[in-house]
Amino acid sequence: MRYSAFSIVKNALSGNLNWKPQWRQAEPKSHYDVIIVGGGGHGLATAYYLAKEFGIKNVAVLEKGYLGSGNVGRNTTIVRSNYMLPGNEPFYEFSMKLWEGLERELNYNVMLSQRGVIMLYHSDGQRDAYIRRGNAMWMEGVAAELIERDQLKKMIPFLNYDHARYPILGGLLQRRAGTARHDAVAWGYARGADRHGVDIIEHCEVTAIRRENGVVTGVETTKGFIGCGKLALAAAGNSSRVGEMADLKLPIESHVLQAFVTEGLKPCIDHVIVYGGGHFYISQSDKGGLVFGAEIDGYSSYAQRGNLATAEHVMEEGVTMIPGLSRVRVLRSWAGVMDMSMDGSPIIDRTPIDNLYLNCGWCYGGFKATPASGYCFAHLIAKNDTHPVARALRLDRFARGYAVDEAGAGPQPNLH
Amino acid sequence: MASLITCPHCGVRPKEEFSIRGDASLVRPAPTASDEAWHDYVYVRANPRGRTLEHWQHVAGCRRFLVVERDTFTHEVHSVTDGAVFARENGR
Repeated sequence: MRYSAFSIVKNALSGNLNWKPQWRQAEPKSHYDVIIVGGGGHGLATAYYLAKEFGIKNVAVLEKGYLGSGNVGRNTTIVRSNYMLPGNEPFYEFSMKLWEGLERELNYNVMLSQRGVIMLYHSDGQRDAYIRRGNAMWMEGVAAELIERDQLKKMIPFLNYDHARYPILGGLLQRRAGTARHDAVAWGYARGADRHGVDIIEHCEVTAIRRENGVVTGVETTKGFIGCGKLALAAAGNSSRVGEMADLKLPIESHVLQAFVTEGLKPCIDHVIVYGGGHFYISQSDKGGLVFGAEIDGYSSYAQRGNLATAEHVMEEGVTMIPGLSRVRVLRSWAGVMDMSMDGSPIIDRTPIDNLYLNCGWCYGGFKATPASGYCFAHLIAKNDTHPVARALRLDRFARGYAVDEAGAGPQPNLH
Repeated sequence: MASLITCPHCGVRPKEEFSIRGDASLVRPAPTASDEAWHDYVYVRANPRGRTLEHWQHVAGCRRFLVVERDTFTHEVHSVTDGAVFARENGR
């Protein structure tokens, strides 16, 4: 069913009883051309673009839980392309452009809100670093603006400008960046993929990868064996576990990242604001809740729950930046398992096994990358060739000495 | 829970006093070892879901490096050993 103003009126008149499910509850066939492991944003986007752009429609997406139960439903919904390194920025800008056309593409309201992302700086050195980053963005054709303190005070008056340790001197703004409704992105891609004939199989966990003569022939699952021509892994925090089934050893460590939302407030925060003294970021949802998060907890973890000490630290950062936050009550917190890579950048690549493809290492930047990740991964699977904007995001870049280390933190996954 | 770590020198202390270095099961290769051996040591991680060994440094206490045996799924801490003792016991 195509959504339109007409369909809303028509269904309203018939008591909203005739809406169809957005995707079929498919049961697995015995064989697919491509099986995608992981029914999150990236897996579903991959399936969608495989079917729509690359004409491969005999595709299954296997999800061990319910659709969108992983990180696509656990993030802080920020989309942006304000990266610095030439290996990253074209990829994220490609993603940003896909975001800008996504609602029309999917015929689905993903509530993209280009409200601007502003990253604050607190010292002259940090200002220089942000000017450098802004220039690097311009080099790739992405607009960035340096907002000085006086202008910023007019834009965002409620910040703690005169904090003794971290005074706010200004910020780097990307106006086209913003937020999107994360669940809707998963649902929109699922619906789009389903309409192109992709089978989305929920509650179907992959337990083993079957190989014969060095190539993958299918996967053992909780719903039995399913054969495939090509196997694509998009398992995020569980990438190491799934990779292990094919004897892959990955440059990945799983870490837990928390996010929080407060009670609903009247509109007060118009942008996505990123604190430069720590790593705190906040925006206001359309429902009114303030959505925020900060760093990972620090120790490797597969638990989708966080540590209270980190929660306290996150709130402290928030109150340091916006003192008024101390009066707001937190409603909920949750956590997701991040596939932290050794340089903080993702991996979209072939593996040593010919028909096995890998998409992982998203650290905590996976949501904004969803459309480009799906598109580039689909390109790789369909053409067996890397998409030009994902050229730097190779699995063997560590061995070759071409790490894409945005933070400059070295091979230390809990610091990215 | 990994909120409290029993330091063998300082007793039960909150996790914020520690800095986490990461996987302690890796063994540093010889300086003359192959590029592959060094690549695996520096970049590749087993990333287990379950028991794992990690180096934690007690930066706000005795400043010793410790080896914490911990479960990455339940966050239960099984044992905490001084790094030097761990190395000696494991013949490193």
